[in-house]
Amino acid sequence: MSEQTNLNPVNQLDGAKGLKYWRSLDELAATDGFQDYLHREFPRQAGEWLDDEGRRNFLKVMGASLALAGLSACTKQPPEYIMPYVQEPEKLLPGKPLFYATAFPISGIANPVLVETHEYRPTKVEGNPEHPASLGSADVPTQASILGLYDPDRLQAITYIGESRTFASFLIEFLRAVEKQKAKQGAGIRILTETVTSPTLGAQIQDLLKQYPGAKWYQWEPTGHGRRMGAQLAFGQYLNPIFKFDQAEVVLSIDANFLGNGPGGVRNARDFATRRGVREGVESSRFYAVETTPTSSGCRADHRLAVKPSEVIGFVRAIATAVAGGAPAGSKFQKAVIKDLLAAKGKSIVIAGDDQSPEVHAVVHYINQVLENNGKTVVFTPSLEQKPTDQWAELQALVQELNAGQVDLLMVLGGNPVYSAPPQLNLRGAIQLAKLRVRLGQYDDETSEVCQWLLPEAHAYEHWSDAPAADGTLSIIQPLISPLYGGKSVHDLFNAFGETPEKSGYQTIREFWKAKHTGAEFDAWWKHAIHDGFIKDSAPVAVNATAKLLPASAAVSGSGTEVSFHADPYILDGRYSNNGWLQELPRPITRLTWDNAVIVSPKTAADLDLKNEDVVEIAANGSAVEGAVWILPGQPDGAIALSLGYGRKRSGRAGNGAGFDAYRLRNAANPTFTAGAKVKKKGETFRLAAVQHHFAMEGRDPVRAGTVEEFKKDPFFIQKESETAPKGLTMYPQEWEYKGYAWGMAIDLTACTGCNACVVACQSENNIAVVGKEQVLNTREMHWIRIDRYYSGSENEPTMHFQPVGCQHCENAPCEIVCPVAATTHDSEGLNNMVYNRCVGTRYCSNNCPYKVRRFNFMLYTDWETESLKLQRNPDVTVRSRGVMEKCTFCIQRINYAKIMAEKEDRRVQDGEIVTACQATCPSQAIAFGDLNDPKSKVSKWKAEKTNYSLLGELNTRPRVTYLADIRNPNPELETGREG
Amino acid sequence: MAQPVELPDSIHVGPVIDPGHSLASVSDKVGGIVLKRRITLGWVFGLLISFAVLQNLMAGATWLFIKGVGVWGINIPVGWGFAIINFVWWIGIGHAGTLISAILLLLNQSWRNAINRFAEAMTLFAVMCAGMFPVLHTGRPWLAFWLLPYPNTMALWPQMRSPLLWDVFAVSTYLTISAVFWFVGLLPDLATLRDSSKSRAGQLIYGALSLGWRNSARHWQRYEKASLLLAGLATPLVVSVHTVVSFDFAVSLIPGWHTTIFPPYFVAGAIYSGFGMVLTLMIPVRKFYGLDDIITLRHLNNMAKVTLATGLIVAYGYILEAFFGYFSADTYERFMIWNRMFGPYAVFYWCLILCNIITPQFLWLKKVRTSPGKLWIISIIVNIGMWLERFVIVVTSLHRDFLPSSWGMYWPTIWDWAVYTGTLGLFMTLIFLFVRVLPMITIFELRMLLPGAEVKEPVAH
Repeated sequence: MSEQTNLNPVNQLDGAKGLKYWRSLDELAATDGFQDYLHREFPRQAGEWLDDEGRRNFLKVMGASLALAGLSACTKQPPEYIMPYVQEPEKLLPGKPLFYATAFPISGIANPVLVETHEYRPTKVEGNPEHPASLGSADVPTQASILGLYDPDRLQAITYIGESRTFASFLIEFLRAVEKQKAKQGAGIRILTETVTSPTLGAQIQDLLKQYPGAKWYQWEPTGHGRRMGAQLAFGQYLNPIFKFDQAEVVLSIDANFLGNGPGGVRNARDFATRRGVREGVESSRFYAVETTPTSSGCRADHRLAVKPSEVIGFVRAIATAVAGGAPAGSKFQKAVIKDLLAAKGKSIVIAGDDQSPEVHAVVHYINQVLENNGKTVVFTPSLEQKPTDQWAELQALVQELNAGQVDLLMVLGGNPVYSAPPQLNLRGAIQLAKLRVRLGQYDDETSEVCQWLLPEAHAYEHWSDAPAADGTLSIIQPLISPLYGGKSVHDLFNAFGETPEKSGYQTIREFWKAKHTGAEFDAWWKHAIHDGFIKDSAPVAVNATAKLLPASAAVSGSGTEVSFHADPYILDGRYSNNGWLQELPRPITRLTWDNAVIVSPKTAADLDLKNEDVVEIAANGSAVEGAVWILPGQPDGAIALSLGYGRKRSGRAGNGAGFDAYRLRNAANPTFTAGAKVKKKGETFRLAAVQHHFAMEGRDPVRAGTVEEFKKDPFFIQKESETAPKGLTMYPQEWEYKGYAWGMAIDLTACTGCNACVVACQSENNIAVVGKEQVLNTREMHWIRIDRYYSGSENEPTMHFQPVGCQHCENAPCEIVCPVAATTHDSEGLNNMVYNRCVGTRYCSNNCPYKVRRFNFMLYTDWETESLKLQRNPDVTVRSRGVMEKCTFCIQRINYAKIMAEKEDRRVQDGEIVTACQATCPSQAIAFGDLNDPKSKVSKWKAEKTNYSLLGELNTRPRVTYLADIRNPNPELETGREG
Repeated sequence: MAQPVELPDSIHVGPVIDPGHSLASVSDKVGGIVLKRRITLGWVFGLLISFAVLQNLMAGATWLFIKGVGVWGINIPVGWGFAIINFVWWIGIGHAGTLISAILLLLNQSWRNAINRFAEAMTLFAVMCAGMFPVLHTGRPWLAFWLLPYPNTMALWPQMRSPLLWDVFAVSTYLTISAVFWFVGLLPDLATLRDSSKSRAGQLIYGALSLGWRNSARHWQRYEKASLLLAGLATPLVVSVHTVVSFDFAVSLIPGWHTTIFPPYFVAGAIYSGFGMVLTLMIPVRKFYGLDDIITLRHLNNMAKVTLATGLIVAYGYILEAFFGYFSADTYERFMIWNRMFGPYAVFYWCLILCNIITPQFLWLKKVRTSPGKLWIISIIVNIGMWLERFVIVVTSLHRDFLPSSWGMYWPTIWDWAVYTGTLGLFMTLIFLFVRVLPMITIFELRMLLPGAEVKEPVAH
């Protein structure tokens, strides 16, 4: 968008220490008018008062003012400056948000977003509805990225061994070091980056390597190895698979958390949901999951098989043999899977998880090929990376060179390799052998600790860049705010090598694309690309490739306890560990916050005599970690699952001390899992903060579930499960009639994948406070919407159900009648409103709420102190203080915004015009919201579905939120206890 | 006015006042505690301890105001904890005083004369302790006055359908009536103290407080009228206050709260705990101040009987609650009863059964009823039992309600205990001060119990 360029600077804030606010865009841009304005001795008009009479009056008034000022002189007022816009920025209407299209890259994969800005202050992230990889949805880390932008713990100044420096002095020092390398063609230069996908950055690095042929560029990220190398193994080239779940009738997931998480997850979830359930026009697919630890995606499976990590390869090889014509061997489960897959040739998908080994990925590619899926449901494009490579090998090469003393100048750009590298490499020690170590990073983290020059890295919303989305569509990343902490982008750093070290990121990106641009009218094209947030039809063309079946490798013996490693679903490899929203967001399956845990199955726990929260020591590969046990049905027996990304020591106020560092156990030879681990009970306990403690439904039916078969037999079987109070059951003489709008919501439990994106979207939209582990331990978390997770079936083979629960906006709301001060009241459109100003905090409403969705500010949870966090808050939503109750409002600010817009145009609000924050971001589109008085609205149609039911409807609360039952499509040949 | 009622010998346990007392000796004995008796070390010690414990309330409330109610153990789902438990407990304790002073007065139970002053004082102090909790427990106590119906610029009244609001009216009415009743009852005795006080300060203070009482027949006639009217006003309060308090729970829809049996069961529980507390206080006072000739075994026996009777009603309530839970065939109700009996708080439930159903059965024995030591121990158990009852009702109902996903646990923090023990300290401090500065037994009513007070013709009331 073009007005964004006004903002982009000419970095006036360079060298400024800490957070610097600018009063207007003109100050930022340092226009002449503004400078003039600042330097005038008196404000405009003051000096013009020259005539005598005026002067006398002026003195009189001044005298009186001074006398009055004396009266108020007892309290010193803080200096506060206000400054109007001298020139009003284009399109800015105070109070009206502007949305800018950009992208948030995670591991190089752009998540296309629209960022809501209030007076140029980014406050909320939404998916980009026009982008094919988002369609308006965003996943959890992308939703939480806005908090990362304002993180007060980010690096805030350029330092050299702890001393503050300017960028200019860095350049002098840096270029001097580079100069020395000229003689040996840069042989002492090493660059360590994360996975690079940005075309501009790729070109910049290649330029550099041309200039200094001796220099080397390495990439390292601790996760995603299997996915990258699997394609290489199978096809002999690096390819990027894209899945078409809307065309898949049978899906087999091998430890893949492909819905709503990781690259392409958002689109996967959307496509997958279109093939699930019994809603009008849906023909349900069948989904098998084979998992080494329960994931939120796997919990949606019709049949789920827990296998030990070492058994995965055997399982996929058996499938490969069978589909290629071999005898279908193995268990009943395997046979059923093979039969279904063969029956749906060209219409099935087998997908392997990102944490799985390259070999598993390669075999899976082969299976898809035999099943004729490749090119149909699985499409391959060339790798999206600028230099796809075996990153584990690269890291080892770097360490060797470091140890050999060959490195004079090491640049560590992004990432946190010292923390995430396998301990055997001792990268921490090796890195200090480099003579000059330059670090560009967002935090003073484990890697920054061992580098001399620290340069604050600009957040993705602070600088220009470009990156491909999971489907390869390229996005131009535009900044939304001038760097808060004087951050530099990686592009800036590479410019430093060239002839124009002060060239801005904007020029860099623009020139790169201008050089690449072939058609006419570059300016128009450029504006379009920025406005849309992506370059239309820039996705790479699909390639045809033939996968070969790898010869079986020596099987890793599955002796002893196995330990598998998984990227955390929210903080990923640890990169977002200082994000309070993500730390406090309950993990979908364990419901834990703030810590990782040693996940074991009930049987393993019994065998090892472990209880929840027992501290155990796990020893393997010559090192050991200590963590607290969390027992999880659905975890394979004899296997432990550990989340990576915790145990950070230099993360920041949120991430420090959360959990334990599972990287210490990870072996470079097999990053997927480790066999033969020794588990020793330490005899201590460590408290884990779970937000849910009971997972059985206790004979109640909060989640109603069934199968497609049952539905075909009796479409109303869900509604017959329990009685609902008849309408009109009231003591009052007359029912209130909702004549105007009647807002309501329906949530499809079949579509919900429990990814928690709605929870963090709600937190971002509604200024919901983070309360910290201690408060969560006392079940005081503040999330307005929560995703309950229940088990049904047996403990060994549980079926899991997700249920998002927010305020149900009951028509007969139990909270309303018990509030003594009328702080929670009903409005004429059926909303249950919460009047914070009126609330005295008796908590009676919460006690009387059968859904327990109300949240209370037991203490001052909102951070009123940290300046940067204030910028994040949504100005349309009250920031709550201590002692008041709060809860889901159905995003009343969005409702009212739409109503005002409609009223201005003298029309009714149309269906789809109001999208709640949870609904907007939901990758599987499991939430419908709208006007119940409009029979054509989506929500009315959903509520008319035969599987629609009210939660606790028998209490006659008449909730405005209803649920569509969790309907699955199990294979009749595999009978498992499903109905719980 | 009242004459000793002739009761059959079988239920007599001695007289209501020892023979050998005369009109003068009674005044001397009771008034002397205030005017003549030296301050004993025991009293000072007791007051100091109570006052020290009262500081817990100061510290607890201060920290509470600084940090918010989060310093307590409450959470979601258990939004009410110690504050409401203690509120109900203290309010219940108050009920004995009102029952003794109002209902027994109307029923002409002359034995009450020796204990009503003390019991009323106890009521007043208990209601003071109770009244603090609803304010302390609000999230924004500085705005708690919004519960009062006062004309305001927001043109907003409290929400009349909320039982908490009914509480405000019930408790404030209760406090007002109790205070007025108590003070009116004190007037003749304050005048007696004024007249017999030797110190100028005593004469002035008691003189001012006695509001010019001159013992004239007209005064007495008006006094009797006022007493009767106030007794008439207070009588319904005995029933209504705790009924309204029980509505806090009964009106909600939480299993374990939503029960029609609550009003009578709460009232019986209140009287039960009130008598328990009167016994707890009376037995030591009677001993230390040598009042066993005025507060006789007959009193203890009668109070023990009331305790037993109300205890049996409470036991009936427990049994019916369990039965209804089962008989309702409602998943949530059944689970609630099961959870109370065998859930994580089962030990509280069974202690409650032990305290409130098993222990009072000893009161069937006359030997126990007339043995102050044993009776005192039982009264303490009754007090604990009734506190546990409120704990069980508040916590076990809330902690596991409808959706298993939101089940949780509640454990008090030291700040919960600080405020609770602090109110105990306040209560005891007030009791200690009361016994030293005001006649703890109604002198003039005692005199009426003496044979010399008999009049030939009944006075018309």
